Amino acid sequence: MAKTEGELTWQDIETGGIVTEPGNASQYQTGAWRSQRPTYDFSKCIKCGICQLFCPEGCIEQNEDGYFEANLYYCKGCGICARECWPRVITMVEEEE
Amino acid sequence: MAIRKGIEVSIGLGDAVKLCDADVVAAYPITPQTHIVEHLAELVADGELDAEFIPVESEHSAMSACLGSAAAGARTFTATAGQGLELMHEVLYVASSMRLPIVMAVANRALSAPLSVWGDHSDMMAVRDTGWIQIVTENGQEAIDNTICAFRIGEDKRVLLPVMVHLDGFHLTHVIEPMLFPEQSEVDGFLPPNQYPLPLDPDKPVAMGDFGPPIVYSEAKLAQERILRAAKPVILECWQEFGKAFGRHYLPVEHYHSEGARVLLLTMGSFSETAMVTVDKMRGEGRDVGLIRLRLWRPFPFAELRQAVKDADVLIVLDRAISFGGPGGAVGSEIKAALYNESKKPKIVSFIGGLGGRDITAEGFEEIIKRGMEIAEKGSENEYEIFGVRGE
Repeated sequence: MAKTEGELTWQDIETGGIVTEPGNASQYQTGAWRSQRPTYDFSKCIKCGICQLFCPEGCIEQNEDGYFEANLYYCKGCGICARECWPRVITMVEEEE
Repeated sequence: MAIRKGIEVSIGLGDAVKLCDADVVAAYPITPQTHIVEHLAELVADGELDAEFIPVESEHSAMSACLGSAAAGARTFTATAGQGLELMHEVLYVASSMRLPIVMAVANRALSAPLSVWGDHSDMMAVRDTGWIQIVTENGQEAIDNTICAFRIGEDKRVLLPVMVHLDGFHLTHVIEPMLFPEQSEVDGFLPPNQYPLPLDPDKPVAMGDFGPPIVYSEAKLAQERILRAAKPVILECWQEFGKAFGRHYLPVEHYHSEGARVLLLTMGSFSETAMVTVDKMRGEGRDVGLIRLRLWRPFPFAELRQAVKDADVLIVLDRAISFGGPGGAVGSEIKAALYNESKKPKIVSFIGGLGGRDITAEGFEEIIKRGMEIAEKGSENEYEIFGVRGE
């Protein structure tokens, strides 16, 4: 897609709103919905990956050190990862600005 | 050479769908539409029409099946009436906004309660904002002609929208009428094969009916509104071509002795033919009256309507549905809105009548016209009057 969603005019809308480009849902920034975000104390993390399994958004990946971390472009801040993380690595904090 | 047959209009309409070589018919039977789809089911069962007939469990499913069928590029037909159209309601918006060319005959019927299987335009008015092209017919010939036109208009690449062909329940669906049926070769020449541009195709996958967040929804709706308005020239072109091919001519606003008439009556559907009798009689008595019939309900023919009524002093509008708690009938209020900014416009008098199968005779139309002229002259406290209702 040449234009982002915010640049599309009515003339750019495909016939019937058909989506012709596969996989473009990845452009949708669901992270903008978030009112709390996860923070991490990786010193407690045992890299079990239970947060990744429970994340309904599927937005948790391993970072370069192997720790599991949410991609904040997509993370909606639901807090399920913090609830499920039994070593208590994850703490939800209020988004400010 | 056309074949002239005297048969029930519903059967004729089914035969017209066969002439159009529909691929899929998904429908649920409901009075007074039943004979149309019963006949199509027979045609498919007897091998006369090579189509899938999907006997669904409800009208909601009928329209949903039509979505899938049209999305796959199949020529798709359904028919319904009254409560059935209302049960389809939410899916009607999906059909138009996904730009799926479905043709649907609507055997216009009143809405419950009290339960009524008889005719009026409540069902048509309730779906006026669903984004479908809506053509209103006055007799069986018009219903079959416009069914053929509806496929050509809806499937046109400049349009790609669903089309409703309205015909009055019982008054049209259940009468036996002589109708001219074109030859198969003539219909084949007039109606090109359906070539939906982006059909569901495993080799070229697309996503249809997707999520539209606030950042694109307004743009999607404006695109839909523009395409429905842009359909009008294609509709006119289709009717012109139909006239050339078959010798019967259709206009968005039809005239009957309306040129230069001081008093105009406006009607829709089969009652227009009765109103013509009244206009003939009153003109014979030296009264300066004419008749306007609204054929194209959506897209609304603003320019043609303004042109048709600009020289009249009085315009009497008959609605066959009530907009409860509103300004009167939908047709009357839309016509008032269409003329509001015109510097020269007639006085508009709004009547509601013919509800739930109640007839309006030629004498009744004479009363409506005379009462309308009286209201235009003296004024009225009411936004509208209901014709022929008992009680003060």
